[in-house]
Amino acid sequence: MTNSIAEISDAEVIFAVGSNTTESHPVIGARVRQAVRKGAKLIVADSRDIPLKRDAEIYLKIKPGTNIALINAMINVILEEGLEDKEYIKNNTEGYDEFVEVIKKYTPEKAAEICGVDPEDIRKAARLYTSTPKATILYCMGVTQHLNGTETVISLSNLALVTGNLGRESSGINPLRGQNNVQGACDMGALPNLFTGYQPVNNPEVIQKFEKAWGVKLNNKVGLTVPEAMHKAEQGEVKVLYIFGENPMVSDPDTGHVEKALKKAFVIVQDLFLTETAELADVVLPAACFAEKDGTFTNTERRVQRVRKAVEPPGEAKADWEIIAEIMNRLGYEAKYNSAEDIFNEIRTVTPQYAGITYKRLDKEGIQWPCPTEDHPGTKILHVGKPTRGKGLIKPVEYEESPELGSEEYPLILTTGRILYHYHTRTMTARIEGINKLAPENYIEINPKLAAAKGIKDGDMVKVTSRRGEITIKARVTDRVAENVVFIPFHWGYGANVLTNGELLDKYCKIPGLKVTGVRLEKLA
Amino acid sequence: MINLKIDGRDVCVPEGTTILEAAETAGINIPTLTYDPRLGPCGDWDVCVVEVEGRLDFPKASSTVVEEGMVVRTETPAVVNVRKAILGRILANHPLDCLTCPKSGACKLQELCFKYDVKEATGVKTREERPIDDTNPFYYSDPNKCISCGKCVEVCAKLQCAKVLSFVEKGPHKYVSPPFGTAIAQSECVSCGNCVSVCPVGALMPKSKEVFRYWETEPVRTTCSYCGVGCQMDVLVKDNKIVDVRPADGPANGGLLCVKGKFAYGFVNHPDRLKKPLVRKNGKLEEVTWEEAFDVVVSKLKETKEQYGPDSIAAFSSARALNEENYLMAKLMRAVIGTNNIDHCARL
Repeated sequence: MTNSIAEISDAEVIFAVGSNTTESHPVIGARVRQAVRKGAKLIVADSRDIPLKRDAEIYLKIKPGTNIALINAMINVILEEGLEDKEYIKNNTEGYDEFVEVIKKYTPEKAAEICGVDPEDIRKAARLYTSTPKATILYCMGVTQHLNGTETVISLSNLALVTGNLGRESSGINPLRGQNNVQGACDMGALPNLFTGYQPVNNPEVIQKFEKAWGVKLNNKVGLTVPEAMHKAEQGEVKVLYIFGENPMVSDPDTGHVEKALKKAFVIVQDLFLTETAELADVVLPAACFAEKDGTFTNTERRVQRVRKAVEPPGEAKADWEIIAEIMNRLGYEAKYNSAEDIFNEIRTVTPQYAGITYKRLDKEGIQWPCPTEDHPGTKILHVGKPTRGKGLIKPVEYEESPELGSEEYPLILTTGRILYHYHTRTMTARIEGINKLAPENYIEINPKLAAAKGIKDGDMVKVTSRRGEITIKARVTDRVAENVVFIPFHWGYGANVLTNGELLDKYCKIPGLKVTGVRLEKLA
Repeated sequence: MINLKIDGRDVCVPEGTTILEAAETAGINIPTLTYDPRLGPCGDWDVCVVEVEGRLDFPKASSTVVEEGMVVRTETPAVVNVRKAILGRILANHPLDCLTCPKSGACKLQELCFKYDVKEATGVKTREERPIDDTNPFYYSDPNKCISCGKCVEVCAKLQCAKVLSFVEKGPHKYVSPPFGTAIAQSECVSCGNCVSVCPVGALMPKSKEVFRYWETEPVRTTCSYCGVGCQMDVLVKDNKIVDVRPADGPANGGLLCVKGKFAYGFVNHPDRLKKPLVRKNGKLEEVTWEEAFDVVVSKLKETKEQYGPDSIAAFSSARALNEENYLMAKLMRAVIGTNNIDHCARL
């Protein structure tokens, strides 16, 4: 997030796009509603009637995968009506002129046709977003999990840049990150192209720095992302997969392909439970959970916070860092750490954003990076005064329909998401009795008109088929989804991700297009 | 700035500060049953009364704004008497079952009755007995213990913004329930448990699987392990088991939690947890020693690297694990194996 979570409560306009905030980030959802209670106006763009619809001033029920058309059209209105921040554009951005040409094409009428909304609502949303300096954008996987996910984020960045809604209190572009430490895992360089602190693995100076710090020669070839590694495993090029705290058999697209890959490679799984993935492993290592170890997580607002040991791990389970350090030692690389804090202190020496953060400082309250020195208070808002890179890059992006669509054989759009009661692949939440009472089984949301046309009643079992496979699942008939859209929460194994596409990826960041899958639907005889 | 005296101490606070807040800055604790800075002044009947020189009444410290030259006394015999009387009246409609009440030790009413030596009720019971609503899987509502302070209603309406709980009037009393007295399970309740966390007495209680007393527990401040909000919370531990979770006033969560953070901690101690390493032998995963598991892993990594090169090995790190662990996994792959094939589920 460019800004902080607490600032959401004081925003005057909130544009929530592709984020089912009250279910995926419930406490941030509560903050959005607190702001609305205080008079903030909420714009919601989503493909389903999410709970925030009831709080929205403007609700744009867009066809899945059409965010770029919507956002470009909002910018079109802003430029057409002179609502942009000309000073900010002139002083703090680059690429504007070329951009204007592309934006001209995206009239509200054109976008309305693509997105399936009223052009007047697009105009209203654009005017509302520019009506106050305290306008904030919140987005989540409904924006990113598309083949053009990166470009959709760019379009949101364009929207903020042309209005100068950046670098101020209660404004900015705020991705809400789904998992407790997904921000930290990225910060720590658990990415194939980056070391800690987003330092590129193919930059000679960076390589030199890490070779010195770690005392070994390093490989400067960018590595494989999860979907790519899975393909290489299936093809037999990746021979060993070491998976810790992940359950790709549920979370990754195209379960059939994932299963083939996991069966082919030698798989090491390190986890709390015998997950669907662990069941296919060659070695399973028992890990300690968050309550059984000391350390840090970094939340979605870049705040590094302490995790403290409360109980002992069960049986012979060990903290992940202890297991990894032992493997390093046995492979002949000395990894001498007596505590997570020892590792953190090493992280500080190679990660400028974390350099000023110490366990002692974290004892009282978490600190937001960048925090370069021990007397630095941490950074609440990014891009204050001007964008961090000097000039904010405005880059034109175009809407393209997903190749999953347009087929007569698979005429419906399947979209996926989270529900309030479960977390990711249910590894933890499936063990909670009360959760299983409230959310006991998988289901598919089907619009009443579609259900009627197919003779499907609420509670019927239906068959859903995509180019990858088919599943049977219980129907939930609801007008939360549009007539040609169906929704399945991705939490359950052998569910939504049997159907999704693992082959096609976003060309920049390699994210799969999980939010748009072409499917067909039949009532089970 | 406003200058005043509280219990003989000079205090200087900004205009608009309440007596309660001013006392807090001076380190003086004015007792209250229900005060929560997020919700504003306490109810009219709360015990946060004080004496202000020149006034004949006992104003509420949580709703009275400081004035220049004010002289406040917080614990005079007269103030104590008023507090005792308030507590006595509340007790008239509250069961005296502290021996078995699970809230014992964490109950504000019990704490204040102990402090002011209030043992008996003043007056007769006027609230009618009502059934417990235990339709929610995570918490129950016992209207017989409710003191109608309204904190739960306020938290639900103003902070969670769900408006599930309301006051339902029956005769001279107000009872807390979803509108029209419907059961919680039939309401829009999302089980966030924020009402449970603020209840000062034993009226809204978690359905605990463990038998424990709050004084037997040790709170450990930590970060929730569910979504990316990073809520701060205290896990309460008894005998190496988490028995309850309380929200903390973290910068992101401001004292709120959701259903997962508040109630879904039972996986920690679940019998399905992996307790020993497993290695596949003759097609089946079998329990082995760590020594054997490490041997298998390390020899496989060595062999593969030698035979097919470092890029034939890939690791998926974890968005659920610590920063320290993600760093170490990246270091293992880059510095020890020699590949950049390291990623995690950020995209999934």
